[in-house]
Amino acid sequence: MKIYIVWLRQIKRYFRSRSRLIGSIAQPLLFLLAFGFGFGPIFQKAGGGNYIQFLTPGIIGMAILTTSLFSGAEIIWDRQFGFLKEMLVAPISRLEIMIGRTLGGATVAVFQGIIVFLISFLVGFRPQGFFWPLVLIFMFLVAILFCALGTTIGSLLEDIQGFQLIMNFLVMPLFFLSGALFPLQGLPQIFIKIALANPLSYGVDGLRASLIGGAHFGFLVDFVVLGVITTLFLVLGSYFFSKMET
Amino acid sequence: MIKVQNLTKKFDDLVAVNNISFDVKEGEIFSFLGPNGAGKTTTIKMLTTILRPTQGQIKLNGFDVVKEPTKARQSFGIVFQDYSLDDELTAWENMEFHGILYGVPKEIRRSRIEYLLKLVELWERKNDLVKNFSGGMKRRLETARGLLHHPRILFLDEPTLGLDPQTRNLTWSYIKNLNKEEGVTVFFTTHYMEEAEKIAERVAIIDYGKIVAQGTPVELKEKTKTQSLEEAFIKLTGHQIREEKANSIDRMRMRRRARFGR
Repeated sequence: MKIYIVWLRQIKRYFRSRSRLIGSIAQPLLFLLAFGFGFGPIFQKAGGGNYIQFLTPGIIGMAILTTSLFSGAEIIWDRQFGFLKEMLVAPISRLEIMIGRTLGGATVAVFQGIIVFLISFLVGFRPQGFFWPLVLIFMFLVAILFCALGTTIGSLLEDIQGFQLIMNFLVMPLFFLSGALFPLQGLPQIFIKIALANPLSYGVDGLRASLIGGAHFGFLVDFVVLGVITTLFLVLGSYFFSKMET
Repeated sequence: MIKVQNLTKKFDDLVAVNNISFDVKEGEIFSFLGPNGAGKTTTIKMLTTILRPTQGQIKLNGFDVVKEPTKARQSFGIVFQDYSLDDELTAWENMEFHGILYGVPKEIRRSRIEYLLKLVELWERKNDLVKNFSGGMKRRLETARGLLHHPRILFLDEPTLGLDPQTRNLTWSYIKNLNKEEGVTVFFTTHYMEEAEKIAERVAIIDYGKIVAQGTPVELKEKTKTQSLEEAFIKLTGHQIREEKANSIDRMRMRRRARFGR
């Protein structure tokens, strides 16, 4: 019940803020249109097939990544507006708050991912061998992973400007070096190594495999790597969140 | 009910609270007074588990706040000095959130929220978002929220700051009633000395992080040979005006206000 109310609050706040709703969908959409139609012909010529098909899972991953990471900013807002104190002195453990917040942020992020997924139909995306429970599982894994990372960063920082700065340095490299935009085969070794160390790569791969088939790493690897890193970030996030003082 | 022993809090080289000890008995109304920056809010923050003491021990309702924070938290309620509402939620939702976090059963929660919102005259606005409320309305809502779960100990950090005399009176009579009927221990800070004199059974005066006097208002007046608690307070703490050190959050708020005009 306590976790539920923390979760519910996140959901209510999200659906009440129309600018956030639109703003966080606009960016992935821009990428989908610009890259999808811009590089589509070249991709086709190079024998990669339909680029929109390839790109859409990556863009869904990106939408989830951004929303999840930014859910960490809410901790800073709450601290700034004093609401964090209300939660910290209440008889609810930090872990419960953290679980409620993470689930709330993840729900919102998955919702965004689904919207992008639906919109992608308009630009010609057609899932093949589409298995929706797996899609949802990978969406949630990516969402929880980056929500936990957002919480960690949000707990460590005191002001919103610093948070935004770190986000800008994090979101784009994670996105560009994840295989969301291009296949990882045949890249220079250094890029492959970076992509291997990037948790989003496994998320995008899992999403792509469950939407259109053809995994790079394979379902099991994607699932295990995401699971392990998610657990790690959850532990880290809970630790820093529990150490927080106002 | 509240047992504080050798409590100290240091921020880098600044000693905000310097080795203080005091006891508040069950069912007592206790007032914690001091000039700005004397260490009142820091003490309240340590008592309410949001700041870790550098040294010393605090027991609330028998629970050590550092070792058993959740049990200690279940024992108290607090009305903060500055805003702690969620602007994006309605008045009702803010109350509901609080009630659920403190485990108030549904039926009691509903009726008490209604009673309290009517008491602070916000019942008609219960479905409005808090961001559309005036400063005074937010303050009233905050007070109502702090009273929702009928805690064993109630902390009030300048609860009546910015309230008009009518609401102030109502608030205090509700608190006194709660104290009498349910034996709730009340710990409050205030800058209104006549309020402390009228309501508190015992007061402690803190200055430069140390307790300079404690006792009943009558005892303090006798000790300082003054007519009112206000005179006693000034005699004990001097005439000098204190500047508070802004913490990082205050600074951030200032920047925001400067930039966005709020």
